[in-house]
Amino acid sequence: MLAHPGWANTLPPGFDGESAIAPSRLDEPPPAPAREAPARATVAQAALVDALRTVLPPHALLWRSEETTPYECDGLTAYRERPLAVALPETEDQVSAILAACHRLGVPVVARGAGTGLSGGAMPHAQGLTLSLAKFNRILKVDPRARTATVQSGVRNLAISEAAAPHGFYYAPDPSSQIACTIGGNVAENSGGVHCLKYGLTLHNVLQVRGFLADGSPATFGSLALDGPGLDLLSVVVGSEGMLAVVTEVVVKLTPKPQVARCIMASFEDVRAAGDAVAAIIANGLIPAGLEMMDRPMTAAVEAFVNAGYDLDAAAILLCESDGTPEEVQEEILRMKSVLVASGATQIQVSDNEAQRLKFWSGRKNAFPASGRLSPDYLCMDSTIPRARLADMLLAIAEMERKFALRCCNVFHAGDGNLHPLILFDANDPGQLHRAEAFGAEILELSVAMGGTISGEHGVGVEKLNSMCVQFSEAERAQMLALKAAFDPQGLLNPGKVIPTLSRCAEYGRMHVKRGALAFPELERF
Amino acid sequence: MNDTLIGLAERVRQATAAKAILRIRGGNTKSFMAGVISDAATLDMRSYAGIVDYAPSELVITARAGTPLVEIEKVLAERGQCLPFDPPRFADETGAFAGTVGGMVAAGLAGPGRASVGGVRDYVLGALLLNGRGDLMHFGGQVMKNVAGYDVSRLLAGSWGALGAICEVSLKVLPMPVATATLRFDMRQGEALEHLHAWAGQPLPLNASVWWRDTLAVRLRGARAAVAAAVARLGGELIPDEVGNAFWAGLRDQRDEFFVEARHAASRDNSALWRLSLPPTTPVLPSFGDTLIEWGGAQRWVVAGAEDTLVLHRAERAGGSAFRVIGGIGDGAGYATPLAPPLLAIHKRLRESFDPHGVFVPGRPMRF
Repeated sequence: MLAHPGWANTLPPGFDGESAIAPSRLDEPPPAPAREAPARATVAQAALVDALRTVLPPHALLWRSEETTPYECDGLTAYRERPLAVALPETEDQVSAILAACHRLGVPVVARGAGTGLSGGAMPHAQGLTLSLAKFNRILKVDPRARTATVQSGVRNLAISEAAAPHGFYYAPDPSSQIACTIGGNVAENSGGVHCLKYGLTLHNVLQVRGFLADGSPATFGSLALDGPGLDLLSVVVGSEGMLAVVTEVVVKLTPKPQVARCIMASFEDVRAAGDAVAAIIANGLIPAGLEMMDRPMTAAVEAFVNAGYDLDAAAILLCESDGTPEEVQEEILRMKSVLVASGATQIQVSDNEAQRLKFWSGRKNAFPASGRLSPDYLCMDSTIPRARLADMLLAIAEMERKFALRCCNVFHAGDGNLHPLILFDANDPGQLHRAEAFGAEILELSVAMGGTISGEHGVGVEKLNSMCVQFSEAERAQMLALKAAFDPQGLLNPGKVIPTLSRCAEYGRMHVKRGALAFPELERF
Repeated sequence: MNDTLIGLAERVRQATAAKAILRIRGGNTKSFMAGVISDAATLDMRSYAGIVDYAPSELVITARAGTPLVEIEKVLAERGQCLPFDPPRFADETGAFAGTVGGMVAAGLAGPGRASVGGVRDYVLGALLLNGRGDLMHFGGQVMKNVAGYDVSRLLAGSWGALGAICEVSLKVLPMPVATATLRFDMRQGEALEHLHAWAGQPLPLNASVWWRDTLAVRLRGARAAVAAAVARLGGELIPDEVGNAFWAGLRDQRDEFFVEARHAASRDNSALWRLSLPPTTPVLPSFGDTLIEWGGAQRWVVAGAEDTLVLHRAERAGGSAFRVIGGIGDGAGYATPLAPPLLAIHKRLRESFDPHGVFVPGRPMRF
């Protein structure tokens, strides 16, 4: 086992070689070609821990397997990997020193916020360090005059709105995980939420991010002004899934809290009418604060969970919200109602008070946990398609349910065409997992064929690497890899995520070209 | 693939082979800012024009780069929609608005509505780019929410050709506001800034603002009831719609009195028009000369000496940047806030990755 004689000398005091070797990996004998892997990992781990102990206090560095196991996955639990070590720095100097050390050693670094991501973006690298920003949890400044908040990257999304509330402001993007997810994670994923049709994504609500490049040097992207010299690098750093820089501080825009919000709940007898109603609302010049759609299976699931009084007979339910001054909301609700009625709504309810509005939303907000009660496991998809294709997609998904013999509940951010089909399956049945993944991949490919995208807000991470091969050409993917190299020449920040290698796509393409025919031959491929 | 597009890609490959350089142009309306490169051949994007796709219910328009901006705005207006960030429509030598949508994205300039509705990059959803290798590449798409891969299309907004020629763009559009009103106030600069900060923190339909020579004007836009309530609440002098609309259009296109005088001054003596991009709450800057303030304090135009490096110092000290827009001689090198060294290194590597042979010569703000 201890094939490298030199490594014992590099062990830090107190380093326990036994526990450093992941027991589960020892329990399962690896196939012959990989026999040396655990030893190599241990040597690399010793070197890494040795280097980091000089820049971090003992409690901020974890490497024993029982300490690193809690970090082995993010919200996408199907993919797990244990890192060599986990660092929990408390200061920016420590972050810089950690990055410099990893750069010197050539060790990959995976930044991590709350670990709520749904595409495996924070899944550890087996030969790398997981850099947790959990201790960067201070709100540094709320400036009501400038309408900004300066916060450390580990601050929770909802905590920003709570801190801004006494001044009459909030932070607009509200991903469903907002009680737990961090602003640093939101920046990495360009997170959306139910209100982004009107208030924009993370990118539109962030002015500046500060952090460090892969070599540990500091960098600031964006500014407190509305633009700056040179290229708008902030626009690629936001949504880069931790591959361009490690973010430690974020300046967000704050939005005045609307005085009133009211929500319409409308029932439809068929999904086509509901989908057309969404397009009609937008075509009539209305921009709802939120516009969400649930199909019948989803409605049944959430009603059992929250008892909000949803119409169980409806084929689809729309939630349509207006916010602003009392005058604006009154005017807008009237216009929305008339469009919904004209589009064939069979039942319409308008919230009269805040409690009722929240009740309307309670089911939508609990769609994921409610689905969790229907089935041991579910796969949550996240594609975006043009609004006008919503009904086509629902009908296509119904076909796929038969084809793959699995059930699917649908909840959509209909206002921006962002779908979250939840494919129900039982992971204990390997056949089901395989079918669920094939089901999901087919939804993504159909989304691309409809002129949409494979990810609306959850990111690519590790989950959708193969689907990136469908959406982007070889030249486009090569350009994205080159863009990463411009920020991170050694490729150490979250390597292997988001942009598939050319060989991976070639492999996926071989698997995928069936009977000599490409899927969706009508797509242009430059 | 379209023949014109194939021809454009072929031009780039030929230029690469011949070690020639290309200047990308659309309507040539912004060359006064971009500077002139005498030994560059021209890649004229006007040959690749036309609206590719427009579905009002999707709030998205896709157009070829050479499509005139005024044509896009006309088509949108017919369906009650608009580009809400008021991109400037600079006139060409004949006085006509000749700017193209590709030039609009490449320059990344926005007008009076910028502070409240966002800038060009906030409305870019996707683009087809011709890079320095002659490769055509799609980035982004035609939907509002899209996090597949790096958002290269938004990076093109304000890139001035540094990463390649923008061939097609998909833009988010919005419904035209139902109601608009303009209010005018007599106020000193400091007082005007304080009022703007206070108003911006309230749920008011404040859409644009401008201060010049002790006059503050604000534009309200939104639901009829909201605009009427704000007019009643803010006071000031209500300007008739015709006068107000013409005024904001002049400001948007930089043809307003202030800009006319600034251009005149720059041609007459050694003064220049500088544009400062600042944190909006930056206090009143000691006057350099005539000053016009937009975007709630975030964009300040000043007339100052053509080589007055004090402008750069003050902008940087406030946490912003400055750029000499008009005046001075040569290509104005050194009269813009420089990039921080780590960002400069990233810029150089980025350019090299998109344009390894240096075929494209970008506009002046982007020469690094």
